[in-house]
Amino acid sequence: MSANEWRKLFPILDQEVNGKPLVYLDSAATSQKPIQVIEALDKYYKEYNSNVHRGVHTLGTRATDGYEGAREKVRRFIGAKSTQEIIFTRGTTTAINTVARSYGMANLSEGDEIVITPMEHHSNIIPWQQVAKTTGATLKYIPLQPDGTIDLVDVENTVTEHTKIVSVMQVSNVLGTINPIKEIAAIAHKNGAVMVVDGAQSAPHMKVDVQDLDCDFFAFSAHKMCGPTGIGVLYGKKALLNKMDPVEFGGEMIDFVGLQESTWKELPWKFEGGTPIIAGAIGLGAAIDFLEQVGLDNVLKHEHVLAEYAMERLSELDGVTIFGPKERAGLVTFNLDDVHPHDVATVLDSEGIAVRAGHHCAQPLMKWLDVTATARASFYLYNTEDDIDAFLKGLTTAKEYFGHVF
Amino acid sequence: MSSNLDQLYRQVIMDHYKNPRNKGFIEDNALTINMNNPTCGDRIQLTLKVEDGKIESAKFDGEGCSISLASASMMTQAVKGLPVEDAVKLAKIFYDMMLGNDYDDESYDLGDIEALSGVSKFPARIKCATLAWKAMEQGVGKDEEEEE
Repeated sequence: MSANEWRKLFPILDQEVNGKPLVYLDSAATSQKPIQVIEALDKYYKEYNSNVHRGVHTLGTRATDGYEGAREKVRRFIGAKSTQEIIFTRGTTTAINTVARSYGMANLSEGDEIVITPMEHHSNIIPWQQVAKTTGATLKYIPLQPDGTIDLVDVENTVTEHTKIVSVMQVSNVLGTINPIKEIAAIAHKNGAVMVVDGAQSAPHMKVDVQDLDCDFFAFSAHKMCGPTGIGVLYGKKALLNKMDPVEFGGEMIDFVGLQESTWKELPWKFEGGTPIIAGAIGLGAAIDFLEQVGLDNVLKHEHVLAEYAMERLSELDGVTIFGPKERAGLVTFNLDDVHPHDVATVLDSEGIAVRAGHHCAQPLMKWLDVTATARASFYLYNTEDDIDAFLKGLTTAKEYFGHVF
Repeated sequence: MSSNLDQLYRQVIMDHYKNPRNKGFIEDNALTINMNNPTCGDRIQLTLKVEDGKIESAKFDGEGCSISLASASMMTQAVKGLPVEDAVKLAKIFYDMMLGNDYDDESYDLGDIEALSGVSKFPARIKCATLAWKAMEQGVGKDEEEEE
């Protein structure tokens, strides 16, 4: 199948916005959903909505099978050893916060270090700032190269024997940089630190194998990979998760409850307090089925072609600054001279083209780039070269429009 | 191009963006308000000189899109010389304009501000236009708190 055929499976893309065919270039913020995922959610609510892991009735069993079946799909999708290592969370943010609150707060103290990079999303910065504040640990940053990549020499120089946690995004949501996670994880381990990976922008677009990466924790969100909002995954190595305390307490996660003390269920449920995100997990399972049908290698190849094409077309325009390295994932972050990115986005929107403008939840990176905001076009399997042509035409219009009014 | 877009980016707005009025910082004994639009990174620093319940002068500095900076420029012009309570009333009129509601265009001379009425057709941009006004409201609120 080609992108044009994949595209037909996404009902939302077949519409006009402001009188123009929709060109959706904001998949790094959230992806659109194929009909298979929408139907899986619909079927769950119409046919077998029920709470899981309790009661003996038939619907409860079907819902439990659906929920736990999704966990097995996730396990296979990222190459984990066991479903005990797959914890459903609200998203990447909650997954990283779980590691910070449970592992970070318990294992760090004054003199210890947490190492991250300036390109991280706020959700991989602030949880560590909080851990540092509470425990007295130091938060350190691996410096970036001028093109927005990480040099392993800098990793070697930043990570020390005092480092307890290294946390890095696999793909940058702004620069499109693909970081050498496997190599960084090896340096972390050599120094006795655990490796946390923010996979929000990688899991949707490339084959992830947590055992090959040898990361200790890996976090991602369903909604950026054709699945529903409100659900994500924390993968953690079993030996670590077993030693960690839950961060949310209540129903579903308990073994025995007494008046003064309680005990927890085994993994992964001890980390899933409360009625879980049942429909979300089933939707994520359907999204994984869809992505495996398309083939993640095909997704990556397709986006690579689109990114190259977009860069080539953008270089034809005068007064465009592109941020990030030449070798990149399927997104382009840019600014037009003399036109603020919000104004670019508004003009593009009037042409039916959806892009993101702002700081992309990466204020430290904006500071590093010495800009206050940028515009970003991000691609997914349903985008085509026609979308990029429309985007370029829209940018030309924006340039002419603001050139004219000034 | 759509006429909505032309309404949004009217000449007078672009003029305020390119040639902002009252850009700068009031040095002596002024109220200083820093405000961000956390969703997009726009930033304004507003300084107000309030004497005897009247805004003697207003200056701003900041970074942002054409709408937020033009609106800040227009706001400083509009509130200069107004009693604080009138400036606050004017802010309410401006918010009505932004929400696309009927607004009072008789009590005050709205001048250039009315050029921003096209923003109401662009819900995602309303916060850009209201940032400077929110900063002004916070500033005069602070002033009142201090007097109490």
